Amino acid sequence: MSIITIERKVLEKNEAIAAANRKKFKERNIFTMNLVSSPGSGKTSLVERTIAKSKSKIKIAVIEGDVQTDLDAKRVEAFNVPVVQIITSGACHLEANLVRDAFEKFSDNDTELLIIENVGNLVCPATYDLGEDIKVVIASTTEGDDKPLKYPAMFRNSSALIINKIDLLPYVNCSIEQLKRNALAINPSLKIFQTSCTTDEGIDKWIEWLESIVKSR
Amino acid sequence: MHELSMANEIIEIVNQYVADDKKHLVKNIKVKVGRFSNILPDSLSFCFDAIIQSTSYTNVKLKIEEVALEIICDQCKSKNNIEPYSFTCPACGSAQIKLVSGSELTVEEIELEEEE
Repeated sequence: MSIITIERKVLEKNEAIAAANRKKFKERNIFTMNLVSSPGSGKTSLVERTIAKSKSKIKIAVIEGDVQTDLDAKRVEAFNVPVVQIITSGACHLEANLVRDAFEKFSDNDTELLIIENVGNLVCPATYDLGEDIKVVIASTTEGDDKPLKYPAMFRNSSALIINKIDLLPYVNCSIEQLKRNALAINPSLKIFQTSCTTDEGIDKWIEWLESIVKSR
Repeated sequence: MHELSMANEIIEIVNQYVADDKKHLVKNIKVKVGRFSNILPDSLSFCFDAIIQSTSYTNVKLKIEEVALEIICDQCKSKNNIEPYSFTCPACGSAQIKLVSGSELTVEEIELEEEE
């Protein structure tokens, strides 16, 4: 029996491309946010609200990731910002090479904030670095308050948590306090926002924070 | 189901070390999977066994070593293993902790049989 010792990271290829993406974004002075959540918790709605409120102050571009369809890109396009849709054709997450190729399709050079909306999934996207500055995770009230405990990697690796659909709190079995406690047990440094993309409640606080970190990049 | 992509990456890495005419000699591929790597060992084994069918690795087994999620506390300096749903020091309760291990996802060793 002979043994070859190799000690190589399984994800090294993705990590190398992610590092190159990060370098490129930094050189071009672009702040990048990887937006993650389960399907239907409001990622695209939050992107829409963010663009509507911020596009007069910040130049925003969006990469949309979905398993199928360009429905999300069409929603974002309606706000007149540059958008590229990635269709993964089955893959449950975005990888760094997809983001690299999508970014090449933008013709604008003055983007300040690049929002990457990942595929709706609380598991796999946590494992793949895309070269972003921060991950932001959304947990909506309709999903209950236990998601941080069930999907800890996503919450541990994120800088901010947006608790969305707070307008539905009277109708759903979700305690905001419990959700916050669970999230902070996984990641004590999480910055937490409470929003409703339907009523606009809490959106201004989120925008204020986002604009401040984009400006201080 | 990103374990399928992981299984593919593992084989691609091993391909870089083993010539085509030696692949049937590969007996074991040892990998380390951390408790906090977001990879399910059973699922990785399942995916690996499925895709290996279409390769020249006819004798190979994937040996998975699971690595505990270990932390060191910034406050009391103790080292402890924790479960990945409460990131606080079990000794003093502080949340100021650093991960020591548990995020690993590495290909460690390839074992080949000698040629007859």
